[in-house]
Amino acid sequence: MSKLELKEDKMLEVQFVGDDDVLNHILDREGGTKLKKERAQLLVNPQKILKKQEYNVEEGDQEVLKDQNYVKVLGQNVQEPLKNGSATDGGNKVYSFQNRKHPEKMAKLASELAKTPRKSVSFSLKNDPEIISIPQSSKGHSASDRVQPENNDKNELQSTPPRSLRKRLIVPRSHSDSESEYSASNSEEDEGGAQESEEDTDASVLSQKIRAQSRVSAPVCKGTPSKKMKRDKSSNLVEEYFEAHSSSQVLTSDRTLQKLKRAALDQQTLRNLLSKVSPSFSAELTQLNQQHEKLFHKWMLQLHLGFNIVLYGLGSKRDLLERFRTTVLQDSVHVVINGFFPGISVKSILNSITEEVLDHRGTFRSPLDQLDWIVSRFKEDSSLELFLVIHNLDSQMLRGDKSQQMIGQLSSLRNIYLIASIDHLNAPLMWDHAKQSLYNWLWYETTTYSPYTEETSYESSLLVKQSGSLPLGALTHVLRSLTPNARGIFRLLMKYQLDKQEDPSYTGLSFQDFYQQCREAFLVNSDLTLRAQLTEFRDHRLIRTKKGADGVEYLLIPVDSATLINFLEEEEEA
Amino acid sequence: MASSSVSKGCFVFKPNFKKRKISVPIEEYFKKGKNESEDSKLRFETYHLIWQQMKSETEQLQEDLNKNLFNNLIEFLQKSHAGFQKSSGDWACQIKLKEIPTAALVLGVNVTDHDLIFRSLTEALHSNITPYVVSLQAKDCPDMKHFLQKLVSQLMDCSVDTKPKEGENVEVAQKKTHCSMESLSSWYMTVTQKTDPKMASKMRTTSSQWQSPPVVLILKDMESFTTKVLQDFITITSQHLHEFPLILIFGIATSPIIIHRLLPHAVSSLLCIELFQSLSCKEHLTTVLDKLLLTTQFPFKISEKVLQVLTNIFLYHDFSIQNFVKGLQLSLLEHFYSQPLSVLCCSLPEAKRRINFLSVNQCENIRRLPSFRRYVEKQASEKQIALLTNDRFLKEETQSLLEDLYIYHVNYFLVLRCLHNFTSSLPKYPLGRQIRELYCTCLEKNIWESEEYASALQLLRMLAKDELMTILQKCFKVFNSSSENQLGSTRKRIEEFLAQFQSLGDAKEEDASGSQPKELPKTDLYHLQKSLLEMKELRKSSKKQTKFEVLREKVVNFIDSLVREYLLPPETQPLHEVVYFSAAHTLREHLNAAPRIALHTALNNPYYYLKNEALNSEEGCIPNIAPDICIAYKLHLECSRLINLVDWSEAFATVVTAAEKMDVNSPASEEMNEIIHARFIRAVSELELLGFIKPTKRKTDHVARLTWGGC
Repeated sequence: MSKLELKEDKMLEVQFVGDDDVLNHILDREGGTKLKKERAQLLVNPQKILKKQEYNVEEGDQEVLKDQNYVKVLGQNVQEPLKNGSATDGGNKVYSFQNRKHPEKMAKLASELAKTPRKSVSFSLKNDPEIISIPQSSKGHSASDRVQPENNDKNELQSTPPRSLRKRLIVPRSHSDSESEYSASNSEEDEGGAQESEEDTDASVLSQKIRAQSRVSAPVCKGTPSKKMKRDKSSNLVEEYFEAHSSSQVLTSDRTLQKLKRAALDQQTLRNLLSKVSPSFSAELTQLNQQHEKLFHKWMLQLHLGFNIVLYGLGSKRDLLERFRTTVLQDSVHVVINGFFPGISVKSILNSITEEVLDHRGTFRSPLDQLDWIVSRFKEDSSLELFLVIHNLDSQMLRGDKSQQMIGQLSSLRNIYLIASIDHLNAPLMWDHAKQSLYNWLWYETTTYSPYTEETSYESSLLVKQSGSLPLGALTHVLRSLTPNARGIFRLLMKYQLDKQEDPSYTGLSFQDFYQQCREAFLVNSDLTLRAQLTEFRDHRLIRTKKGADGVEYLLIPVDSATLINFLEEEEEA
Repeated sequence: MASSSVSKGCFVFKPNFKKRKISVPIEEYFKKGKNESEDSKLRFETYHLIWQQMKSETEQLQEDLNKNLFNNLIEFLQKSHAGFQKSSGDWACQIKLKEIPTAALVLGVNVTDHDLIFRSLTEALHSNITPYVVSLQAKDCPDMKHFLQKLVSQLMDCSVDTKPKEGENVEVAQKKTHCSMESLSSWYMTVTQKTDPKMASKMRTTSSQWQSPPVVLILKDMESFTTKVLQDFITITSQHLHEFPLILIFGIATSPIIIHRLLPHAVSSLLCIELFQSLSCKEHLTTVLDKLLLTTQFPFKISEKVLQVLTNIFLYHDFSIQNFVKGLQLSLLEHFYSQPLSVLCCSLPEAKRRINFLSVNQCENIRRLPSFRRYVEKQASEKQIALLTNDRFLKEETQSLLEDLYIYHVNYFLVLRCLHNFTSSLPKYPLGRQIRELYCTCLEKNIWESEEYASALQLLRMLAKDELMTILQKCFKVFNSSSENQLGSTRKRIEEFLAQFQSLGDAKEEDASGSQPKELPKTDLYHLQKSLLEMKELRKSSKKQTKFEVLREKVVNFIDSLVREYLLPPETQPLHEVVYFSAAHTLREHLNAAPRIALHTALNNPYYYLKNEALNSEEGCIPNIAPDICIAYKLHLECSRLINLVDWSEAFATVVTAAEKMDVNSPASEEMNEIIHARFIRAVSELELLGFIKPTKRKTDHVARLTWGGC
């Protein structure tokens, strides 16, 4: 029926739109089979395709007009926030993070940040599918940021979940529209979005036209997968996996934190900053905690009856366990084990049990012997009682098979009571059936939402400055105490490294070359003196040496180039 | 008393007064709050008592079930060892001597239950065959050296058990790190020779052939041993077999083929394998259920949902009896912990006694029970008033109700077994093959209203005579087995039925001879159809039933009436809450938890936990005021394998700023930005801790996603 209509209709534009609409119609009503048929027909009928091409040229023109409107709007956005300095934090369309529940709020924010016409905002209140893109763009508060995610999306176009998500949003809208939106955003110059993907992003009218033409049968084909996705979006995790891993190459933007001019914070400043944040929902959080606290007595009961207790759920459970410890365990011998502590090991746990709990002064040949000894001690003396409180049983150090086996064996003793917390997503995978029966767990969900302050403080986090690397202060301090010659040597290496910082294959300066350079600068007279100097540097961990594939020693300063530049600047000032 | 430090991770706390801790008995923890602790002590004691009974019952059960297996095993060991004893010059014997007698013990996949079996097996062997029983696990024996070391040290321990005076010797031997087969066999020689006079005097009284007891080596988990260790060990010991009589027992969880997969022919030909199969865990479960739940011996019962949860965990997760019993223990505990009236969940006379001591509060608790309220509503008005106001009257009534409940259970299980006898042999098993399935359906609803029951009855109406008779005999046995004579009349009825069937035998034969089949004339299809239709009509109008059919109909109707009368679901019984535990969700929560789902829910839908209306939102999206980690999580879901931290942080900042409705242009915002950045850092490192992302070196300032899709 739709076909007939299409053929007879003489209004070209109407036909095009109608095609899409009808398709959607059919899709909604009759599902996939009909759709396939329809598509087949479309593809088979060459005449129609030819016709359609014609329309599309015109359509394309019109779209370009629309696009230009878009660009204009965007252009305004671009200029506005760029003026105010704090543009760096400016907004960003937040992927699918559309708060559809409170459109007013978001719309208000959008109108504040980007001077979009009010009209489009009110538009967004309606659930018109086409408008979905508008709040997005209107929320692109500052140009650079607004562009960024778009670029992102574009780059990710390959076959990633976001794309499917986006498609889901876009489905009902004609595809030329969405496409134009991409290009519009891409037309903006962006420093970060340098990586170009398959499509050239110059959204010139010409190319737009061409694309429009080439898009003849595209709408149908593109529409289907997204529709499908819509239908069974919850199922098919497997498909999503392959979708995410289908291409070996992942495209993301190239921006780095350095350009963001926000130096990595160290642990202390981070803590200070966070202390200024007042936690939201404190009333609800305390309520949650109170609920958990009511269980303390039950836990004690169940621990005594031979079960062990494991706590899971989002949020740090450390405070909860601490409270448990201080309220009910005050009168019994207990050991608190911080699993998140990077130096923890089963050995240290066993040691603290043998040495401090059982007051044993001997040594053991192996942890297994130690375990056997502990087990026999506890079996002999039934009056002995011990509570083990383990924070993060699933931490890096304890999650190994052997550690778990040993802790499990400990916990299976009748008079050792274990209460532990796990956080990792896949923590239960640590335990096979045998271990689970050793542990004899009772699971308790204790979602607290409290921040993992203590747990993450040891972690060498991504954005927190690594304590292992050399901070600027230490660098200056050490170099001050060295001889001018030694400083010269170090500066030489530093400069060389800075020169080579763009070269990704740079592995370090070879010793021979370095010696040559030092000689030329009259800094050393023999390679022995240079070696002596280098030893000193190495002791202070200012340099690292690596043997290359050819057996030559390469020297490298394990400090990032930003710090080095800072250091050089400071040196020159001094 | 701080428990965090940058230099250590273990903190030991010892109370100042060691004696104080003893003063806290476990019962104390049984009290929930201050007021709710009605009879908590008594309840705890009752729990303890019932649990102990149940535990010993299951252990007994296990022993009984394994008895057969163990007897076979022991017989095999004796037989194979006898060959070693009479190793004369016989050539065939010597050939056989090269083969190590091996028992392959197929135990099934429920690895957790194996320990128990091996433990009792070791005991049985100790008392019947030899003091030298060694059991090894794969994890202790990564290579040959450790294997032998473990073997030697355990063997020495064995001998220590029998003669402690040799302790010093053993110590010396143990310290020797070098263990070889030679040393082992020479040790064996000395030990047997030394003990020979003593052992002989001891043993000869029982059996004269045990001059040199064999060494039994149990490999608990044969599959996980490294093949090389196994092969080497077998080849070496087969060389020494004449001086070191070894018998192997393989514990196998999968299938016996694994032996040949692990060992090449050259090695497996050195073994003389005999296969032993343990009872399947499903049968085990059936017996456990039979002995623990389908009986009036224990007053405690579980509801249909709970039974479902427990059997599902068993059938779909681990096949472990141990875990099943653990689940049962937990439900018992939960029941006594949460239900104040569970104090009455004990044997009938004891319960009657306890009723007299019930406090006023407990009486109120009884009145509050939904089942009791329903019961009261059905009574006459005077009685209603009396029940609601007079405690003494209430107690008397409760006593009689509890007695009714007890009788109900007695009848219930008898009829249930009877019905199971009828339905378990039907084709396609409309009501399930196992009694637990039938029990579940009966607990859930009025079984006679279900379609399956109707179809089962229909099938029953087609049973042949001999089938029906065997079933009736089984039922007769069931009724006979119970000491109670509540259903004495039923038993008599069944007896009568049986007698009638017996007498029917002769009469029926006559019947059959009387009605001779009429020969149909040759006919075409049309006529055949027509005649068949006619026949059908005829049968419908004058359905002449044989005597047998009449009797069969009677039997089926009789069963049907029994079911309708006695298999009422427990919810219909007043006071059923006292003995039935029904909180299936708590059980599932604690035994079969889903941490991943909890995490996902917490991150995706914070409203589920934080009941703040501001967080309430429709499915799939969260408001921007949600906790930081939720926002970061939600954002990261949109990325593919790699996430650019800068983009992420900016997106995060946008949302957070939007949430706080700040004016970005204001001068104070620089500090705010810092704080937001800090919050972002925290959220990211928390996500890393939770295992959603990890740092990657593939690109600067990127993290890799470890999950995929929208979850």
